[in-house]
Amino acid sequence: MTILTRLRQSGTLVGLLCMVVFFTVMRPETFLTAQNLLNISQQISMLAVAAFTMTIVMVMNDFDLSVGSMASLAGIVAAVLFANDAPVWLGVAAALAVGLAGGVINGFLVAYVRILPFIATLGTLTIFSGAAFLLSDGKTIFGRDIPAAFANFARFGLPIGEVKLPLMTLMAALVLGLVWLMLEHTTFGRRLYAIGGNPVAAELAGINTRRLRLMAFALTGLGAAVAGLMYAARVASANPTQGSGLMLDAIAAVFLGMTMGRQGEPRVLATLVGILILGVLDNGLTQLNVDSYVRELLVGAIVLSAVALSAAGSRAR
Amino acid sequence: MQKLTFAGLTKSFGAAPVLTDVTLTLTAGRIHALMGENGAGKSTLIRLIAGVLRPDAMQVLVDGQPAPLRSPADAERAGFRFIHQELNIVPQLSVAENILLGRRAPRRLGLFIDWTRMQARARAALAELDAGHIDVTAQAGSLATGDRMLTRIASALVADGADPVLYVLDEPTAALTAGESDRLFAALARLTARGAAVLYVSHRMAEVMQICDDVSVLRDGRLVLQSAIAATDRGALIAAMTGRAVSDAVPARASALGHAPAVTAETPHLSFSLRAGEVLGLAGLEGAGQSQVLRLILGAARLTAGKLTVLGGPLPRTPAEAWGRGIAYVPGERRAEGLMLPMGARPNMLISHLKDYGFWASSRAETQRAQTLAEQVRLRATSVDQPVGQLSGGNQQKVVFARALAGAPKLLLLDEPTRGVDVGARAEIHALIRKASAEGTAVILASSDLPELLGLSDRLLVMAGGRQVDLVDKPPSMTPADLLTLVQAASQRTHA
Repeated sequence: MTILTRLRQSGTLVGLLCMVVFFTVMRPETFLTAQNLLNISQQISMLAVAAFTMTIVMVMNDFDLSVGSMASLAGIVAAVLFANDAPVWLGVAAALAVGLAGGVINGFLVAYVRILPFIATLGTLTIFSGAAFLLSDGKTIFGRDIPAAFANFARFGLPIGEVKLPLMTLMAALVLGLVWLMLEHTTFGRRLYAIGGNPVAAELAGINTRRLRLMAFALTGLGAAVAGLMYAARVASANPTQGSGLMLDAIAAVFLGMTMGRQGEPRVLATLVGILILGVLDNGLTQLNVDSYVRELLVGAIVLSAVALSAAGSRAR
Repeated sequence: MQKLTFAGLTKSFGAAPVLTDVTLTLTAGRIHALMGENGAGKSTLIRLIAGVLRPDAMQVLVDGQPAPLRSPADAERAGFRFIHQELNIVPQLSVAENILLGRRAPRRLGLFIDWTRMQARARAALAELDAGHIDVTAQAGSLATGDRMLTRIASALVADGADPVLYVLDEPTAALTAGESDRLFAALARLTARGAAVLYVSHRMAEVMQICDDVSVLRDGRLVLQSAIAATDRGALIAAMTGRAVSDAVPARASALGHAPAVTAETPHLSFSLRAGEVLGLAGLEGAGQSQVLRLILGAARLTAGKLTVLGGPLPRTPAEAWGRGIAYVPGERRAEGLMLPMGARPNMLISHLKDYGFWASSRAETQRAQTLAEQVRLRATSVDQPVGQLSGGNQQKVVFARALAGAPKLLLLDEPTRGVDVGARAEIHALIRKASAEGTAVILASSDLPELLGLSDRLLVMAGGRQVDLVDKPPSMTPADLLTLVQAASQRTHA
């Protein structure tokens, strides 16, 4: 039983290694190079931030469908302010405030109004998206409207030897570190896992489940805004739909990670493995000149097979 | 069928043997009790004969003829029916639908469900149990616990294939009141009269002595005693189960009461005051409002009128506030309301005490404290990280108790503290309650286990219909039968 459990837990990691080996064999010149790995890390950094913070609510068995449209909205808020000559710090601060406020609204709806997270965040997904379209008039904001100081964040990196460690990657690593500390090493994190284990029991055992739910959703909203800002900096523009792919990929990454949990619970380091699977797949398929639509097929198939294998593994006793 | 033998039952999980060469012979028309402490292997045995779990060794003989038993479908075909500890009914469906759940529903034109015939079949099944009072069109969720149990048994009666030859009941009376239990026993008598054998798993000594014909006792996965009930007695059974002499009597108070008032209630429905160190027992039929009183004081239910003073302050508004002020709670449904089942004993015990650690959690300090607590309550688990869902009922209850006792509470609210717990764990839990009370903790205890309620309580608050109808100092001569009479009289007065 322990061997099966181990196999189940490590299956996802083995899958990642197999993918790395496969792409290395297929593209020995270009895949496993320092530069390409850094590229991958930068490509996945926005998704990573959204997925790491998504893990916070998923620890409680909740989830947040609105992160994608919140990312778009945050980018638009910053860009609209930039277009009106606001300084960089003000645009960034306003976008983060909007993210936090949106998360608080989600948390309020789920914890205090007691709407199911699926429905509550489906509603706010539409609202955030509508707000982004309204603010931007449905147009992409780009070019001279976006200050160089903001866009440069996505171009610069810390030089290490011959390569540069992108700031975007560092940002994702910072968020990973913060979320990891919070979930694994604070009493706040312990309480969130208890809510995930049994919300009724947690409440009766003296956990203030409503306040904690609200805080967790607020952090997820904030993370979505950070991801949205990173995205806007990377493409030096903002449009009201640019974050829309984030939500499904973020949830997929957490689910992939959950297959590694001892009891199938989300762990943020496992989410990182999920993110890496998606990132390696993207990068590798591009190098093999595979149609990007095939990627969608594969991601779906990988998530389903990982979860199915994990379910089979936990049944076999 | 006359005789059904399960021979040489053996099963181990990994290296740990759970059952070793156990042989049970069940006879048509007789009720066979299966006893043993939590973790003795009873549940595993049931899962083996249900075909749910693969045995390492097992031979099934029906009247001496070998019968295959490799899957739940085989068990069903052989006529084995199982009524499990957790009542699995679907609350949203009607009683009739629940009774025929998993069977092929009668149809019209082979397509549409024939509700009339379906209800008739359900009614017939209930009538056989003398439970004709249950409305088959009612939503199952609206039934009282006892009626749910009867619905489950009726469901076991309705068979598509072979006639039932064996009923296996796992702790059926754990959630039943005395009256409901009596109805169940009458139903079992009817089943045996029809020629079925019954395997009856229970911790309750009194009912085993009352209704069973034979008994087998397991300890650590081995058969340690097999006898006709008439040829044995309580003491012998307890000694066989525990391997030592344990009294199932509740320990008496050995310390004086304190004086500081812990709770003062002046509401239209409740009027009492409770002193530090005192144990107040809430007596009443199931659902007479005992749990509600506990939840009220915990801040999980609202007071509509009147005044309640708790530990010198107002009523807590939330359970979080209550725990913060030194009120601890053991809920009645440990799996649904008490435990995070996938998680270890450590988080389960410490979840109410995380504020002791401030912002940063400390795995080392938590593990140490959890281990100390585990020793205090004599928890039997491989480690404090073993998921509590894998522990036996008694050990799960000890985890909930460890949580309640960890903060040295001033007020302890206990709802059915020993429900579904074996005699050894029950004695240990009683000792823990006594110890807390001796240290000055005020205790409010709701229990349908009358000897326990009587043994632990200093005073008894009798409830009926959601309100207090009596408050009595416990006379030393009072017996469980007296208490039952008191409770039933109170209930009848209220309904009259």
